[in-house]
Amino acid sequence: MAALEAGCRYYFGYPITPQSDIPEYLSRELPRLGGEFIQAESEIGAINMLLGASATGVRAMTSSSGPGISLKQEGISYMAGSELPGVIVDIMRAGPGLGGIDASQADYFQATRGGGHGGYRIIVLAPSSVQEMYDLTMLAFDLSDIYRMPAMVLADSVIGQMKESFTCNPRPKVALPDKPWAVRGRAEGEPQNIVKSLYLGDGEMEAFHWKMHARYQELADNECRWEETDTDDAELVLTAFGSTARIARTAVAMARSEGIKAGLLRPVTLFPFPKKAYAALSERCKCFLDVELSTGQMIDDVRLSVARDTEVHFYGRPPGAGSLPTPEELLLQIKKYYRTCA
Amino acid sequence: MKNVFARPDSLKDVQTHFCPGCHHGSVHRLVAEALDEHDLRSRTIGVASVGCSVFLYSYFDVDVIESPHGRAPAVATGAKRTRPDRIVFTYQGDGDLAAIGTSEIIHAANRGEDITVIFVNNTTYGMTGGQMAPTTLPGQKTSTSPYGRDISKDGAPFRMAELLSHLDGVAYSARVAVNSPRNVLQAKKIISTAFRYQVEKKGFAFIEALASCPTNWGMKPLEANQRVADELIPYFPLGVYRNTANL
Amino acid sequence: MSYIMINVERCKGCGLCTIACPKKLVTMSDELNNLGFSVAVFAENGKCTGCALCAEMCPDVAITVFKE
Repeated sequence: MAALEAGCRYYFGYPITPQSDIPEYLSRELPRLGGEFIQAESEIGAINMLLGASATGVRAMTSSSGPGISLKQEGISYMAGSELPGVIVDIMRAGPGLGGIDASQADYFQATRGGGHGGYRIIVLAPSSVQEMYDLTMLAFDLSDIYRMPAMVLADSVIGQMKESFTCNPRPKVALPDKPWAVRGRAEGEPQNIVKSLYLGDGEMEAFHWKMHARYQELADNECRWEETDTDDAELVLTAFGSTARIARTAVAMARSEGIKAGLLRPVTLFPFPKKAYAALSERCKCFLDVELSTGQMIDDVRLSVARDTEVHFYGRPPGAGSLPTPEELLLQIKKYYRTCA
Repeated sequence: MKNVFARPDSLKDVQTHFCPGCHHGSVHRLVAEALDEHDLRSRTIGVASVGCSVFLYSYFDVDVIESPHGRAPAVATGAKRTRPDRIVFTYQGDGDLAAIGTSEIIHAANRGEDITVIFVNNTTYGMTGGQMAPTTLPGQKTSTSPYGRDISKDGAPFRMAELLSHLDGVAYSARVAVNSPRNVLQAKKIISTAFRYQVEKKGFAFIEALASCPTNWGMKPLEANQRVADELIPYFPLGVYRNTANL
Repeated sequence: MSYIMINVERCKGCGLCTIACPKKLVTMSDELNNLGFSVAVFAENGKCTGCALCAEMCPDVAITVFKE
């Protein structure tokens, strides 16, 4: 819905649990709006259709989960190398391999460390509610166009399948750049536009990498988003994204009702990672407790961001049936570390 | 005195990277002539692929999208669906289209996308040094079939023009060669027809162009040219295999 | 009379033009161009009919044809 509100009229995808309702919905709605929906031959076909559509300057998107996102990596790398916008929705499921369909956060590395070859990064947004699934999708299109790079909306099967009421916010009014670089079949006298990622000339590739590096720095300076709950006087700060953040928020409330000074720092942008928020908070709190549906991936970024010698504890529930922690479980962890927090 | 043969406008006036005697240059020129003939240059989007065809944008004076190996038909689908009034064509080699890209070409053809696909078949992987291709002939020695292609292990070569001609979504499927003046002139007409299909919105058009690869065949240009006649054409017969609008 | 012009710097010495000409007016020379290729040459003896088959065969678009 948000994609349509954001002006996206092109979707290319493939069924895979737990995100098939995205192509199902769009297969019904896009033709009504004069858009194009294609269920491609594979996720590889889909990402390349997205590449082709985006190259012509339109807003387009795809969606998938674990194994399909793995297939898309080459295409995403090409999009990044060609400086193409485009939105990729990843509803994480258990892996590796066929894995399972339960919620997972173990594709954090795949999402935030490029994922494909070549040393690029993509914008990664992590909703933790249906409202954010809506709002952050619109944001993904805007950031993708402004910074000319792919953007991912990264959720898990809990967020992907849950039902909550939300408000259909209108599309934000944002100054968007023109796309003079798009291929359009140029008229007589106009310059030739080439969308490519091949840089063979002496020094060209190096210059491209530094250009991207600078763009990622600009993103880090201007586009970090996060949410803090009860952190003003918190001594132990939980940190989590997506569905674990919701559970953590409940655990923090339970802890507070027992007099424990707990708080929650929830990153919304996973790339750019809101390092400064962690750094600032680590100056006044005593320790962090990182909670993930994995054996620990985001924790690397947390450790890199906090002040030296800050304790960062970890509680992980790798993906699979029955692996969602309960608030009670997290409360036990809070109590365990609260006692020993420096 | 009249100038009766000159470089087509859609083909840039530059030296190409193709080896001496490589037929890519001829096929490029015939495609450019078709674009000029139908006055398409100012509304064409080319989709390059991976292989010796990768530098398409250096030779064709049209907007071009580079695509990953094998994916050009999918990239072209994305572009054509967003810009249906543009002429979109792909230009691919045997590895690109008939190996890694089989899924993409079959499905774009099956969907009947309004694009034109130019498939250059030289029975080898040129750019990477002459490895076996899906169209390598039985017994043909390549750098990865040093004993010659063995059908019992490697399968038989694909005949793509025939294969695609059986899909309802395909409007035009033909095979041409450029190894003799007569074949060049015939190819010129057929390639022109393939683009006419897109101009008149009559459906998916596929051209398989047999080509020589002197360097990787280990032959001199004229010997390689002769091999097209002696070995390729008998296995990959020239002709029009599907022509639903009878153009 | 008709004639052709061979762009010497574009010629890669492949020889395909030599088998195209029905009158065998195009042959390979020993002259090297800047790229080190032995280039094709045209025998300007008045027999050219401007059929342009040599140009049609040339993969490098190195031949321009002028017909009477």
